[in-house]
Amino acid sequence: MDLSCTPEEEDFRARLRRWLGEVLPKLPAPPAATDWPGRRAYDTAWQRMLYDAGYAGLHWPRDAGGQGATPAQHLIFLEETERAGAPYVGANFVGLLHAGPTLAAEGTAEQRARWLPPILRGEEIWCQGFSEPDAGSDLAALRTRAVRDGDDYVISGAKIWTSHAEVADWCELLVRTDPAAPRHRGISWLAMPMDAPGVTVRPLRTLAGSTEFAEVFLDEVRVPVTHRVGAENDGWRVTMVTLSFERGTAFVGEVVACRRVLGELARAARANGRWDDAVLRRRLGRLSAEFTALWRLTQWNVSEAMRGAARGGQRGSGGVPGAGGSVFKLRYSHARQELYDAAAEVLGAGALDADHAWVADRLSSLSYTIAAGTSQIQQNIVAERILGLPKGR
Amino acid sequence: MDFQLTDEQRALKDGTRELLAGRFGRDRLRAAVEEPAPDRALWRELGAAGFFALRLPERDGGVGLGLPEAVLVLEEAGRALLPGPLVACLLLAGLVDGVATGERIAGLCDGAREPLLWEHPAGCDELILLEGDDGPAGGEADGRAEGAPGRTGGAYRSAPDRVPCAPFASVDPLTPLARVLDLPRTEPVAVDVPRLRREAALLTAAQQLGSAVRTVEMAAGHAREREQFGVPIGSFQAVKQLCAQMLVRAEIARSAVYAASVTESALDITGAKLLADEAAVRNARDCLQVHGGMGFTWEADVHLHLKRAWWHAERWGTAGGAEELLAAGLIA
Ligand SMILES: Cc1cc2nc3c(=O)[nH]c(=O)nc-3n(C[C@H](O)[C@H](O)[C@H](O)COP(=O)(O)OP(=O)(O)OC[C@H]3O[C@@H](n4cnc5c(N)ncnc54)[C@H](O)[C@@H]3O)c2cc1C
Repeated sequence: MDLSCTPEEEDFRARLRRWLGEVLPKLPAPPAATDWPGRRAYDTAWQRMLYDAGYAGLHWPRDAGGQGATPAQHLIFLEETERAGAPYVGANFVGLLHAGPTLAAEGTAEQRARWLPPILRGEEIWCQGFSEPDAGSDLAALRTRAVRDGDDYVISGAKIWTSHAEVADWCELLVRTDPAAPRHRGISWLAMPMDAPGVTVRPLRTLAGSTEFAEVFLDEVRVPVTHRVGAENDGWRVTMVTLSFERGTAFVGEVVACRRVLGELARAARANGRWDDAVLRRRLGRLSAEFTALWRLTQWNVSEAMRGAARGGQRGSGGVPGAGGSVFKLRYSHARQELYDAAAEVLGAGALDADHAWVADRLSSLSYTIAAGTSQIQQNIVAERILGLPKGR
Repeated sequence: MDFQLTDEQRALKDGTRELLAGRFGRDRLRAAVEEPAPDRALWRELGAAGFFALRLPERDGGVGLGLPEAVLVLEEAGRALLPGPLVACLLLAGLVDGVATGERIAGLCDGAREPLLWEHPAGCDELILLEGDDGPAGGEADGRAEGAPGRTGGAYRSAPDRVPCAPFASVDPLTPLARVLDLPRTEPVAVDVPRLRREAALLTAAQQLGSAVRTVEMAAGHAREREQFGVPIGSFQAVKQLCAQMLVRAEIARSAVYAASVTESALDITGAKLLADEAAVRNARDCLQVHGGMGFTWEADVHLHLKRAWWHAERWGTAGGAEELLAAGLIA
């Protein structure tokens, strides 16, 4: 058990810290939450800066355009960027954190060459078209049809809750390519251009008032067969790879941010007198243990994956996080909600001001036990895949 | 960074589990419920295996390992519900004669809180009393007035027959307890008391972790076997959720306890104890729930885990104190 950094890692940290110190002060102010084109421009510009400085796709394999850094370096990157107050991935979320890694693990050489560099350079934004009106938790019930016509699939159906659909260039799309096959067998994973004729995006308003996700209607959309990742009808397996990245690694950077917010809460409470409330103080103390432990769990999971990769190579199961990601997501989504409930206590009546950053984050934290697989579904995964309990209804 | 067990650590952990399974299996556990005095023969066997001398330097006849290894060994002890002043003996080996080899048994009594509790009062050859109120985090931030009595803490040894005490019916049938009525300060022991407290808290947390891991296994095992409505109860959502949350608690506690054993930071240890206490207590209760009526019987081992977890949660700082220390750490 070793939590210390190697000299190379310390060196990496120092270089990164220096670079962040130079570039962050020059960064423009972030756009308003409702300004989607502005947010896209801001997030992609930041990604471009990371790319130019050699920090894009740090832990992606080199043959996928990444830096081939160790996962430990990636954790240092997350720690340092958060500590320095650098922008978060934002609109680049799907591309960088799960579509990209899926393409790197499952795509052909041509597919990786086509799609990965623009993600890393901040040129193309991806969204995730998995959920449908009648297929959320039961994702394998999806009905969007793709019929083969020459070199194309012709796709019709509807997707829902598609985050960043308004500004996305590409969609990781799940379609049913064999309606006669058993549910999990007839699915394929496609990369669909969002500007293809027949794609209609209708923004949905979230409870936070924003239009962060949308409905996507597909009316005879043509997508080349070469855009399929994995074999035809083998999309469920590829989907599991995507979901394990989404649940396993996509949120880890946020833990550092939560620790920072927790410190800010404590200082704010001290300043406004709420700190005298022992119940609140104790809540914040417990959350401190909680977020520290979540970061340790991340280090544990990452170390485990590093050993797996060292044994089994980058391909195959190496590098793809296991069911342990569900353990992390279950606890983290809950802790994040508790954090912002505590923030509301610190704010008092100020918690009614929807423009306050903590209030906005409190509202968005409500989605954490739903998006990327609900807590109930994660519990099923932990119970069945880790504890070996029988499948049920 | 490689935050995983080394091959040697894994071997140590597995070896301890095998040793305890062989020497302290279910029959011995149930026998100990009836006769909870520390088993001297077992104690000597553990001593011979290097259990207590784990952290003594090799030149002093010890095994020369560190805090992480002690944590792994005590996790296994907690898993097996091995009774006795294990933490005390592990920490006092080298300070008190005969403890390293398991020949003699020493107890630790924490004078920081009223009432002063002493585990296995009839089973100790020596009692070391810790004074002061440093808490596991060293007391810098506990908000107490400067110059409060015993603030720096001291350690004193006593012959057990000279310590006036009042035994009472311990809720944990495997851990006899007494209230210490007076502190006879006899011979001082030269030891870093805040550090001893921190390590005691961490090693107690390790036992809580072991218990929490064990009760998840017990619950999942039962849920796979027991049938109702013609199917295993583990196929019901409600039971799955209980079991899944148990695993999550145990894994969170594991990350915290293992990391604290590496960093040895006072706040890390405080947080680890807090989370391990929660995992042990909550998991035992959920395990009881999964076992239904059987879980409520004396025959099932579940209550033994719960009662031990309650006792361990009482030791070396309470949840409230830990939360206050961690809160203070946020604005330090
Ligand atoms: C902010 C946000 C962003 C999202 N972004 C995307 C995106 O970009 N792309 C995308 O494809 N999807 C996205 N989603 C969709 C998300 O993945 C689904 O909402 C989620 O999987 C749940 O599906 P559902 O909404 O249909 O709820 P349902 O599946 O209808 O679930 C309703 C309730 O029933 C429970 N339930 C359902 N089945 C079971 C079961 N077997 N056992 C126990 N309980 C069960 C659920 O836990 C939940 O409490 C997003 C959702 C949110 C909130």
